[in-house]
Amino acid sequence: MRIEEHPILKFKRGKKIKFKFEGKTMEGYEGETVAAALHANGILVLGESLEKHRPRGFYCAIGNCSSCLMEVDGIPNVKTCVTKLEEGMEVNKQKGKGELK
Amino acid sequence: MINTDIAIVGGGPAGLCAAISAAESGAKVTLIERNDELGGQLVKQTHMFFGSEKQYASTRGIDISDILLEKLEGHKENVTIMKNTTVLGRYEDGVITGMIDENKYLKFNPEALIVATGATEKFLGFPNNDLPGIYGAGAVQTLMNVYGVKPGDKVLMVGAGNIGLIVSYQLMQAGVKVEAIIDAAPNIGGYLVHASKIRRMGVPIYTGHTVKEAIGSDHLEKAVIWQLDDKWQPIEGSEKEYDVDVMCVSVGLSPLNELLVMAGCEMEYVPELSGNVPLRNEDYETTVENIFVAGDSCGVEEASSAMVEGYLAGLTAAAKIGKIHPQYEEKKADYIKQLDDLRSGPVGKHIRSGIDKIVRR
Ligand SMILES: Cc1cc2nc3c(=O)[nH]c(=O)nc-3n(C[C@H](O)[C@H](O)[C@H](O)COP(=O)(O)OP(=O)(O)OC[C@H]3O[C@@H](n4cnc5c(N)ncnc54)[C@H](O)[C@@H]3O)c2cc1C
Ligand code: FES
Repeated sequence: MRIEEHPILKFKRGKKIKFKFEGKTMEGYEGETVAAALHANGILVLGESLEKHRPRGFYCAIGNCSSCLMEVDGIPNVKTCVTKLEEGMEVNKQKGKGELK
Repeated sequence: MINTDIAIVGGGPAGLCAAISAAESGAKVTLIERNDELGGQLVKQTHMFFGSEKQYASTRGIDISDILLEKLEGHKENVTIMKNTTVLGRYEDGVITGMIDENKYLKFNPEALIVATGATEKFLGFPNNDLPGIYGAGAVQTLMNVYGVKPGDKVLMVGAGNIGLIVSYQLMQAGVKVEAIIDAAPNIGGYLVHASKIRRMGVPIYTGHTVKEAIGSDHLEKAVIWQLDDKWQPIEGSEKEYDVDVMCVSVGLSPLNELLVMAGCEMEYVPELSGNVPLRNEDYETTVENIFVAGDSCGVEEASSAMVEGYLAGLTAAAKIGKIHPQYEEKKADYIKQLDDLRSGPVGKHIRSGIDKIVRR
């Protein structure tokens, strides 16, 4: 799903890093967001709606709509479309509203 | 508590230009941006701009962002940039609060405030509109132009305004197939040069069509469209089905300005400006003294006018707190003329009538 050749843009990708989604190891690049890295790995469903448990993906990708909330390193309600990926991050689909610890 | 002459919320084209202009007038400016990068929506716009030379026509959006950052760098001594900082509220005593790096609260005590928080994408109602694979056009642009990730293989574009047309073209540049562009309106809203370029590349544009439903189990697999009659009612039997994994929704933006509402600025719903916008005077000052506004947050237009509004609001806000630019009158007249030019002619007609409803003299 990555664009390798583009007529106008050159993508300066950062170094390759590993992270986990639902326990599965995946690869992404430093400097990209969690949602972009997941999408590049073919993961479209990031969570579920609160009442009807319908699948949720991102919508705005600029931090305005909260459609992309996930649990990242144990912290719930993280907007993954504006959160940068880090080496070793553990990203999980969030069930329910999340709890304050 | 962080003391500053002018706090500017939002580092898009409007906020950047406001910072440049206020700093040039001699004010100490704090520019606050929630992302880790300045530039706002410009950072994903790979196409060349319209407008005139003063607004960098024929330059790509991504490059305009760099030009503005360089200009800002020239006023380093007057500008503090705070990235990863979201402004959360404004209190009666004029203090604004923010959060840096998602974990630390800050307070600012500016003499004047310029709100340049931009806009947010609108959504469209139809069955299963929440399936993953249905994305805002800006989101798709961000994904492919900033991160180099394809949104999918086949796209239905909903909305034939400039954003819909431009993003369709950019999707094709990224090697993604655009099956069709549809728009509920009877005419194409965007510039015809863009539309004919896309048609020449073999993409049909259906006006008078809307989405009937989306189909898929856990992500989009099919989209069904149908035709509307002249009363905007769907015509049974006119359905067309597309096997697409992405639907791009490009039905406009609405101003993002909760901060102004919170501050008690008088607001009005103005359809021509795409939503709820603050009443203001010619200096872009709202009904609350020393709160100024610029860019999409006071009416959705385009980046060119957002920049000029930013320059103007930076100039007038600085003057309001006693930092008067030596060429204040000439500069102000020039910005007002630039805005008039950008809004002239038939294309700017609805913007002009919207602005007439909110400007208090
Ligand atoms: C998909 C898309 C395509 C477009 N294509 C074109 C085009 O081709 N030509 C054109 O002229 N215009 C185009 N536009 C419109 C143009 O980009 C906007 O009009 C312009 O960017 C508006 O500038 P702005 O500074 O008002 O807002 P923005 O560029 O949106 O900047 C607002 C900034 O404020 C920040 N912010 C928001 N809230 C807070 C807060 N509480 N605290 C801190 N920071 C905050 C945001 O992160 C953002 O960086 C397009 C817009 C979109 C969405
Ligand atoms: S997709 Fe809208 S906030 Fe992340």
